[in-house]
Amino acid sequence: MAKTLFDKIWDAHVVSIVDDGPTQLYIDRHFCHEVTSPQAFDGLRKRGLKVFRPEKTLLTADHNIPTIGQEQPIRDAVSRNQVDTLGRNAEEFGLTYYGMLNPKNGIVHVIGPENGYTQPGMTIVCGDSHTSTHGAFGAIAFGIGTSEVEMVLASQCVLQSRPKTMRINFEGILKPGITAKDMALYMISQLTTGGATGYFVEYAGEAIRNLSMEERLTLCNLSIEMGARGGLIAPDETTFSYLQGREQAPKGEDWDKAIARWKTLKTDDDAVFDREVTFDVSEIEPMITYGTNPGMGMGINDTVPVFGRDAACHFSTAEEQSFNKALEYMGFAPGEKLIGKPVDYVFLGSCTNGRIEDFRTFTNFVKGKKKADRVTAWLVPGSWNVEKQIREEGLDLILKAAGFELRQPGCSACLAMNDDKVPAGKYAVSTSNRNFEGRQGPGARTLLASPLVAAAAAITGVITDPRTI
Amino acid sequence: MEKFQTIISTMVPLPVENVDTDQIIPARFLKATTREGFGNNLFADWRYEKDGSPKKDFVLNNPLYQGSVLVAGKNFGSGSSREHAAWAIAGYGFKVVISSFFADIFRNNVLNNGVLPVVVSESFLTGLFEAIDKNPESTVTVNLQKQMVTNNVTGISEFFDINAYKKECLLEGFDDIDYLLNRRDLIEEYEKND
Repeated sequence: MAKTLFDKIWDAHVVSIVDDGPTQLYIDRHFCHEVTSPQAFDGLRKRGLKVFRPEKTLLTADHNIPTIGQEQPIRDAVSRNQVDTLGRNAEEFGLTYYGMLNPKNGIVHVIGPENGYTQPGMTIVCGDSHTSTHGAFGAIAFGIGTSEVEMVLASQCVLQSRPKTMRINFEGILKPGITAKDMALYMISQLTTGGATGYFVEYAGEAIRNLSMEERLTLCNLSIEMGARGGLIAPDETTFSYLQGREQAPKGEDWDKAIARWKTLKTDDDAVFDREVTFDVSEIEPMITYGTNPGMGMGINDTVPVFGRDAACHFSTAEEQSFNKALEYMGFAPGEKLIGKPVDYVFLGSCTNGRIEDFRTFTNFVKGKKKADRVTAWLVPGSWNVEKQIREEGLDLILKAAGFELRQPGCSACLAMNDDKVPAGKYAVSTSNRNFEGRQGPGARTLLASPLVAAAAAITGVITDPRTI
Repeated sequence: MEKFQTIISTMVPLPVENVDTDQIIPARFLKATTREGFGNNLFADWRYEKDGSPKKDFVLNNPLYQGSVLVAGKNFGSGSSREHAAWAIAGYGFKVVISSFFADIFRNNVLNNGVLPVVVSESFLTGLFEAIDKNPESTVTVNLQKQMVTNNVTGISEFFDINAYKKECLLEGFDDIDYLLNRRDLIEEYEKND
């Protein structure tokens, strides 16, 4: 029977199927960070268990760590304890750990790909919803809860219900100045924040093939923001050339064998998806969000939807209360333009847009210009590797000349678990993934956008279409 | 885990849609290394003023609304995979969450903590909200054995879905790790053939 790419990878990892229940799925790669793992390690201790396959788990500290002064002990005692606990667990259970200041430390979804841990055909989990990122390599990658982290540590398996399959085709050619982030925000605005719940998505089409590896990571990263278990892209030459030579990638003869296997990882021509959606990417404008979930996005020159009137407003009347609550939180009125509205903070970084290409895009835009005085800009590389590359390419000097400073790697203001908090009521144009109430700090107002839109806002101090500068 | 019994309870209504896990438990409360104490910070930013005093207009601070059943709008638990959200729900004392739609990861997380997510139709959900609105002492019955949820004001019942394995786990108080540990031979066999 014809199979989708998802089916092929899933079926190859089934250990057993529980009667009238979930599938016992074997996990090839398990990433852990400090926030969602301590209770899982405690569980192992309580049951007197070791980690079943320690070589398949990799640990990094990213959520809590400061982005200034990592050379000093973390000032917040509770954060420090959580990070230290991860280090102790790594030692006790014999696991590889890239702690703070380790040259390989960084955001879990940045370091996995850049060190070659993430490979086509794998099953990958992490106690983090943005694990969907790794699907860009043609892997089944999804976020799990802490109880499931414990399951993987104890047995290298999870119990999961098989999701339905959806293919999203991106056809056509992107207009200049439109990024993978815009494609993702456009898609989520069309499908809504829960529109892909219950599905695993495959991204396909001409516009996907044209994306770089890092752009694919951005798109797959945001799969969870429409509720999908994950999103994947069939591996191709772009994937292979990115992986070749990376530390954990197969070498020599193993590489040739791997390539031969990876080339079979694609959806059969006559395979049928439970749902199929097609977008024409030539219609996509630079996107920005106006509300408090990632589905509340629009073209940057559009007006905030009027409830019940605009086609762009994909809400039923039952959702009116939630819609109004979101606009009230953001301080926006239905029907108004966002262009020209003042911006207080700009955040470049996160597992969504904290890679070298994002820094190149941002730097290229601000080169020879000056940061607006009213804007506080936080530029946070996704990993020390990214930071090193920024310096090697001299981007740091261009940024400095334009009035920007680089910070140290970490999740930072994406979820504001460290000190990088946007104050209440302030507007932040953020390249991260969530504009939920309070996500970037209690009362903070987040506008999700691409690195280009963020760069334009940083220069002008107001919401700006980057194509007009 | 505790065995799940049939529940007859008053309800706490939260008629908001797309409640994400950042609202259920904001990120700054995720720094703990144990599973305890999250109930106090359930819905923290909606529930407390900056100085820590209760916000009068939030439902958890209204003594009229009590019970072990939370009734919430569509797409409850979206966003982050943080199980802390499930620990907060369970820690507060909820045994059941009723909504017309749950996010996937959240649904797994609450199930792994002995809390039952019950998916009902939009009309059934509206019926519950109306019943609570008219009388906060209205009750709902959740019978896991029969997979039946009943609005005790209207008398209308609805069947809800749960896979047989998870149902058994909840009724017997087992967890997935017990199950997986008993299948290590299968796992080793899989590894050999891979």
